[in-house]
Amino acid sequence: MTTYIARRLVQTVVLLFLLSIILFALVNLAPGGPLSAYGQGRRLRPEQAEILKRQFGLDKPLPLQYVSWLIGNDWTRVDTNGDGVADASGSRLGILRGDFGFSYRTRKPVLDEIGQRFPNTIYLMSITMGLALLIAIPIGILSAVKQYSVFDFIATTFSFAGQAIPEFWLGLLLIIIFYVWLRNPFTGEPLLPPGQMSGDNPSLMDSISHLILPVLTGALGWVAWYSRFIRSSMLEILPLDYLRTARAKGASERMVVYKHALRNALIPIVTLVALDLPYIFTGAVLIETIFAWPGMGRLYYQAAVERDYPLLMAVLIIGAAFIILSNLLADVLYAMLDPRVRYSE
Amino acid sequence: MSDLAAIKGTPEYPHPLESQVNLVGNVWRRFLRHKGAIGGLVVFGLLIALTVLAFVSPYSPTASNLPERFEGPSTAHWFGTDALGIDLLTRILYGGRISLAVGGIAVAISLLIGVPIGAIAGYYGGKLDSILMRITDAFLSLPPFLVLILLAAILREVDIPLFQRSSVFTISFVIGILSWMTFSRLVRAAFLTLREMDYVNAARALGASDLRIILGHILPNAVGPVIVEATLQLGYAIIQEAGLSFLGFGIQPPTPSWGNLLSDAQEHFIKYPWLAVFPGIMIFLSIISVNYIGDGLRDAFDPYKMLEKVGEYT
Repeated sequence: MTTYIARRLVQTVVLLFLLSIILFALVNLAPGGPLSAYGQGRRLRPEQAEILKRQFGLDKPLPLQYVSWLIGNDWTRVDTNGDGVADASGSRLGILRGDFGFSYRTRKPVLDEIGQRFPNTIYLMSITMGLALLIAIPIGILSAVKQYSVFDFIATTFSFAGQAIPEFWLGLLLIIIFYVWLRNPFTGEPLLPPGQMSGDNPSLMDSISHLILPVLTGALGWVAWYSRFIRSSMLEILPLDYLRTARAKGASERMVVYKHALRNALIPIVTLVALDLPYIFTGAVLIETIFAWPGMGRLYYQAAVERDYPLLMAVLIIGAAFIILSNLLADVLYAMLDPRVRYSE
Repeated sequence: MSDLAAIKGTPEYPHPLESQVNLVGNVWRRFLRHKGAIGGLVVFGLLIALTVLAFVSPYSPTASNLPERFEGPSTAHWFGTDALGIDLLTRILYGGRISLAVGGIAVAISLLIGVPIGAIAGYYGGKLDSILMRITDAFLSLPPFLVLILLAAILREVDIPLFQRSSVFTISFVIGILSWMTFSRLVRAAFLTLREMDYVNAARALGASDLRIILGHILPNAVGPVIVEATLQLGYAIIQEAGLSFLGFGIQPPTPSWGNLLSDAQEHFIKYPWLAVFPGIMIFLSIISVNYIGDGLRDAFDPYKMLEKVGEYT
């Protein structure tokens, strides 16, 4: 197992390296190059642009640029005034040492920007995911145990519908229902706020009321998807012999379903959830945009509108690392939980 | 029972070759037993017919008519009118052409990329296989919607032949180039098993070229899962276009698409909710119908699952 994990980690590094090349090429082949969007609104004077170009090392050939983006250029001398003499040392540390550069938009270090928004996204997404699981697991179990019953039919139809509703449309509908139509019977104000996180020092009620709509919007798709998955996972396990043995030994049906069957049915769910973990970092762009939620998704959207390349690159690379590591986590968890699975060393 | 009887076939068990010939018919018959899939096919067919017949509408999809702006649904304007006084139903129907076209072209592009990659990787194996699969892995480990936004944001700035700014093809291309990986994995897996089959060896022994074996002998047997996946990807592509256009990175107004109609609605939907409700219903209907079709096709291509369902298989 250790060997397996070690090998996968090495593969991860290789994969991230490959991805960094792809992303770097993509951004640098963009028309005008990465500086084209620098300083939105105020156009750079040509000589200023030249200086910036040299400082960022953009006058060098692409492979060299890639190297300094990756590991920095503080160990080289840079020719800032263009007279052919290197007169200052480079200022970049490279992404491997955590220097993702400065946001074009705010001129702040990219990692600071991410650090500011990241907690808001974790907060929203973990609650959404937790709620989705809490609802999906009972639905999935019940519709498997009562396969082809009315409940199963309704749950399956709901699951199909839930997977087909675009989340941003659902968000708009929920705003229409809970902000426009439904009113608080005592104060006559809208029942729920249409977005934004609660203000400073919010009361518990305030925080919850701001959470309800974005969480519901995000959870529906996950409930639909997880419940369907739990249903089929249970259906695979329910006819197995070991459950018949349990029944033969006198275990109650409740015991058989919830203890013996569920434990094994949940194994694939654990992997599924592990695979969805990256969303806790990247957030849901559409939901955060609709509900004006100050998280990673909205940050990314704003960065894309203004083509703030350093920020976009940082989110993509860190997001990709999250995805690859979650894949590894899913595989490892699967092997740990299911003794039948053994990875060849 | 002699082998001869098995080869010749009996009335109950038709000759394997005969059932081969009728493969399409068998799949179709099993597909017809899936009620959801039939419903999906009818709804999706209606949607396509409606968008094709959009020109029947007496209203223009682009000419503004300010005196009639923001009218609620009525007998004259079934879905009401938008901020420019344009009949919303007409705009939705023309937008449907764009949205469905983007979905179709995007799936075609990802098929054109994914199937050859999977076929080559699976057929030749070895170094080539591991290189191609590492590339597939790399694409799979990018956060899908975020890269889509990045690509669309970059391509929004360029205006080169074939990739005109925010054209249907550009948007389809961006969606397609980020969703071929499932196809290449599926096709590769099928090729890995099929290439070891005796009939493939026989074809090779008879002197068939690699290309002929790949296209003529192996690919047709891998087509089932690919069709199922393509159907599901169609729904996925439609939702991606809608999301992208909703954020302003996709199809740009005045050309309508279901996504940018919702995006336009965002400013006014608090007062005029129908602007947001109707385009979303169309997206929802098209995706749910496509998903049901995909589900039906999956069962049709996988007879054992289907038999289990109707209780004939014991």
